[in-house]
Formats: sequence, structure tokens, C-alpha cells
Amino acid sequence: MSIIIDDELCTGCGSCVDSCPFGAIELENDKAKILPACNLCGACVEICPVEAIKLERDGNKSKKIDFSQFKGVWVIAEHYKSKILNVAFQLLGKGRELSDSLGVNLTLVILGANFDEKLGDFSQYGMDEIIYVESPVLKDYYSDLYVKVISELIVEHKPEIILIGATPTGRDFAPRIAKRLNAGLTADCTGLDINPETKNLLQTRPTFGGNIMATIRTPSSRPQMATVRPGIFKAPIPVEKEVSIRKIEYSFKEKDTVSKIVKIINTSKIKVNLEDAKIIVAGGRGVGSKDNFKLLEDLANVLGAELGGSRITVELNWLDPERQIGQTGVTVSPKLYIACGISGAIQHIVGMENSHIIVAINKDPDAPIFNFAHYGIIGNLHEIIPILIEEIKRINLNKE
Amino acid sequence: MKIFVCVKQVPGVAEVKIDPKTNTLVREGVLSVINPNDRNAIELALTLKEKHGAEVLVLSMGPPQAEEILREALAMGADKGFLLTDRAFAGADTLATSYTLSLAIKKILNESNSEEKYLVICGAQAIDGDTGQVPPELAEELGIPQIAYVLSIELNGDKIVAERKFRAVEIVVIETKLPALISVLTDINKPRYPSMIGIMKAHDDSKIICFDADALNADKSKIGLNGSSTEVWKIFAPERKGNRVILRGTLEEIVQQLCQNLRDDKII
Repeated sequence: MSIIIDDELCTGCGSCVDSCPFGAIELENDKAKILPACNLCGACVEICPVEAIKLERDGNKSKKIDFSQFKGVWVIAEHYKSKILNVAFQLLGKGRELSDSLGVNLTLVILGANFDEKLGDFSQYGMDEIIYVESPVLKDYYSDLYVKVISELIVEHKPEIILIGATPTGRDFAPRIAKRLNAGLTADCTGLDINPETKNLLQTRPTFGGNIMATIRTPSSRPQMATVRPGIFKAPIPVEKEVSIRKIEYSFKEKDTVSKIVKIINTSKIKVNLEDAKIIVAGGRGVGSKDNFKLLEDLANVLGAELGGSRITVELNWLDPERQIGQTGVTVSPKLYIACGISGAIQHIVGMENSHIIVAINKDPDAPIFNFAHYGIIGNLHEIIPILIEEIKRINLNKE
Repeated sequence: MKIFVCVKQVPGVAEVKIDPKTNTLVREGVLSVINPNDRNAIELALTLKEKHGAEVLVLSMGPPQAEEILREALAMGADKGFLLTDRAFAGADTLATSYTLSLAIKKILNESNSEEKYLVICGAQAIDGDTGQVPPELAEELGIPQIAYVLSIELNGDKIVAERKFRAVEIVVIETKLPALISVLTDINKPRYPSMIGIMKAHDDSKIICFDADALNADKSKIGLNGSSTEVWKIFAPERKGNRVILRGTLEEIVQQLCQNLRDDKII
């Protein structure tokens, strides 16, 4: 495979030089020249106004497979303490769209124990079929067992698309399955669509710290796998639907796993449910101190909101770790997100940008958070929030 | 024991942006650095070496200039650096990258002619691509167990006990056996700075070994763009979701406007 610049066509306009994410194109004697840092991403191919750049693949690209054998959309569920995590239901919402546009079945795959009685209730999320693999061992998550069982199921049933929650668990087993089956896997997708012509899955995800969006496709292998963070898609409106249940009882041998779970430690001191909160009041470095968080707590109380914060507030011990929102904390999508004294580092933004309405209060008019906010207030949060609390109290009183 | 550390050279991402007007990339003063999370992997390898004795071998796949980050790893205290560089590796997705890295690890193990155990340490994810997929894929390719998102590790003979981040507020303690692969989070340690002696030693050219596709005896259909199942179809600037209404006036007026808007939106 190689990238070729046609010197006859190249006008030396320099568009490709600007388009290269790797800084791997130079102009030499008014002609574009590819440097060794080129990563063959193809960004320049599309940008060239005279179509002088061509990306050519070798003929020996991995053997062609028969796509028509691969049918159906799968969502792999993750569970904890006998409860299916919400991200699986959110993926079923998107999965329904994809399977409808392909005209194929939507399947929920559960590996677990003691789910028999609950399976019927899941039908309200609109899948056509549930594959339930049962074994007492599967009560807990074991990397190698998930990889083994799911890979075997994929080989047998040949789904064309597999969606997995981008949790520490999903991101652990999904790549290993992709490798075992030589399937394309795209991490942390924020958009999933079907290309109407090729029927390929188009997977859009943020890259370079969220500064760039990339759409990825898997043109020559199946299945097409994607992970999606919790809170990106919405769970579907419950429906009444018949669902066919296929139960597989599985017995493992000792040699199937070399790893053992020693114990699970809960590091949480308090119970917080940011993921399901309708309103979140979140603070950043600008809050100033642990004591000042009291003000945010008061605002949260009058709004019936949950309190959250950026990573730095947890590091400074102003806030409990379970309240951290962002890349290394939780991803949230409430109806209202009030960001107080949060500058808007991309690591925080990825955890809250899907909120329905974002209000930002910050004294720095250039803070990046304002690019994401629906309503921005430039000013001192210590002056604004007390007035806001009084106003909300007044509104609450009028409601009663 | 051999400890392999996989590192990646990344652009300082904060500077890489798309100009929303022209839809072209802006790369003002982009510096290439060791992926920050990979420094934690190097630090852990060096700590384990100090405690248990080991040879720390750092690998990077990338263009020739990725040699810079290997020199930095040497300056921190690594024993050798391996640069996997070839035009044929370009355009690799995580499948092709993990295949290429596995070939180098297997080659080094074969040539060392010993039955000694090994550990592979990776940063959990890179700040540019941010997929976190290479470590589990590399473990699969090597046929060894993995523990991802590790917060702490104890080594005892060929037994590893690691704390792994499991949920936002939960940690699972996992025990496994060498050979194994772990990927570490930034919380695991504070990477050291290169020492003066380290920087001087890092200039020793015999400590950097280059492998190209032929040296690794690579299957051409499994490396670079040819070996990649996924490909970038297009790139574009992120859509800014906010409508950037800045509320102005006295504090009271601002709060009034905000509450009115939120009531109109049926939020409060």
C-alpha cells in the first residue's frame, strides 16, 4: 500500500500540507512531497482540489469474505450485582435504528447467572431475540471467559454489527475478541450510522482529545464492532414486543481462566447517582475551596440536583471521588448541567457534553466551557449563585 | 525477568485542531512527546526492576523520529530501546499495531534463548487515538492473560496480584500468572524525570535497536494499512453543541434571564 502524488496534476496549492494531522507533507519545488511521518490516514486525499493524491492498497489485502453470511445487530450486556447496566439499554435504542435500516434482527447477549426470570422484562427495550449464556461462574466478570464465550457465539451466529458499552469491562474484552476474530473495532463512538449504499457501519468518534472527529469504517471484514460510552445514546421508549429467548447452559473447565478474582473493594463512602440525575450542579477549580462547595450544595438542594465536579476538585479533596465527572470519572447527560468555575478541559467536556442544557458560570470570558454552553454567565460564581438560589426558592414557592 | 514496555510518540494534542471555517487542521507548534500514560508504564517497570531485578526493554512502533522517545525512556533508566519502523507499518489500526509489537516481543524472547518469564506493561491509552485497544489485542496476540486499567501491582515469583479499576467507585483485585500483560492508569505512580547520568547513557547508540518489517519476518497482509480492518473515512471539526448565548446585565438581570430561559425550556 502506498500514497502517491501525481506531480503533473499537483498545483502546489498546499491544501494537503494544512490538512495533514501528522505534519508529514511538505512543498518541494512547488510540488507536494510525502515525508516518512505519513500515517496513510488519507486526510489529504479528500482535501486535494485536483485529485492529485491517491491512496493505493496492495492487491493482497486480507482475503475477501462473504458479507452476505453476516446478519444481525448484537448488543452485549454488562451486569453488576445481578443488574444489567443502563448502557446496554441505551445501545438497544441505537441498535434498533441500525437493525431497522438494515432489515435484520436485534439481539441482546447476556452472559450471567440467575437472569431467567428477568429476561421477559427486557423485551420492552425492543430487541427481537435474547441469547442468554448461563453459568454460575458468569455471575462475575472474567476477561478470558467473556472472550471465549462471545467469540464462539460470533463464529456460530455471524452478526454483522456488535455494540458494547465502553466501560472498563467492555474495553477489556472487546479488543481481545476483535483480535481473535480479526474484526474491526472502533472505541468510544459518539455516532453510528449505516451508509445507505454500501450498508457499512459508519462509526464517528472524537480523536486528538476531542479536537477532531473521525468517521471510521470497516470495509473488508466482519463483524463490525464498536464501543460506546454510557450516556451517549438514549434508552428507547418501552414497547410491547415478543422476544425469542435462546438459553445456553455453559460449563467451564478450570483451565479456561488463569486469572482469579481475589476480592472487590468498594471505595465509595456515599451513594451518588450522577448517571441518572436530572439536574447536576458541578464545580471546578474556580470554586476555590472545599468550604465554598457548600454554596454549590445549597444550589443543588434547591434544584433537587446531584452535586458533581471536575477531576481537580477530587484531587484537591474538595469533593468525594464518586462525584467526579469526565474521562476518568462518570459520563452524564442530565436535562440541566450547571458548570460553576469549570474551565472546560476536554477531559471534562467528554463526560458532560451530551447534557440537554448546559449553563456555564465562569469569570474568564475565554474559558472553553463557553463553547459548549447554551447559556453562559461571565462573572464571579460566589456573587451569582446566592442570587440564583434565592430566585429558584421564589419560583419553587410560587409553584406550591 | 524481562519487562517489555510499549510506548507511543504522540503530538501534544491540545494544539491539534480543525479550523471550523476551512475544515483544515491547525498544528501550531505541535511537539511530539511520549504519551503521558506510557511514562507511568516506564516508571512501573523501573520500580519493579529495582525491587525484583529485571531487564527493562522499551518498544515503540512509529516513524524514525520516534527514536527520540526511546532515548528519553533510556534516560529514565530503561536498559534498551527497540524502534519498529518501516513505511510498511504506516496506516496501522490497533489490530496491525498489536501484531507488529507482538512480533518484536517474540523475536526478542526467541533470541534471548531462555525460559525466563516476562511481563508486558502498557499505558492504558494514548492521548491522540485514545482507544485503549492495543494492550488487550497485544495480550491476545501473545496468548497471555491481561489485566487492564491497573492501579497497583504486587509481584511475587510468577504470581501477580493487581488492583484494577472496575467501576467509578469499585476496584477489583485480580490474581494471575506470568507471562502476562497489564495496562496502567496515570494514578498508579508519579513518573520520574531523567537523571543526568541517564541522559548521558541515553546517547549510547548500541542501546537502540531498529527492526523493519523484514527483520520481524512480518506477514505483509497483517501490517500497516493492509493489515487494518478499520480505516478513517473522513475527519471533520466537532460540532459545537452550545448556542453560546452569553447572558448580560446586572447580576439580578442575568439570573432573571437564566431562570426565564430554563422555565421556557421546561427544565425548572
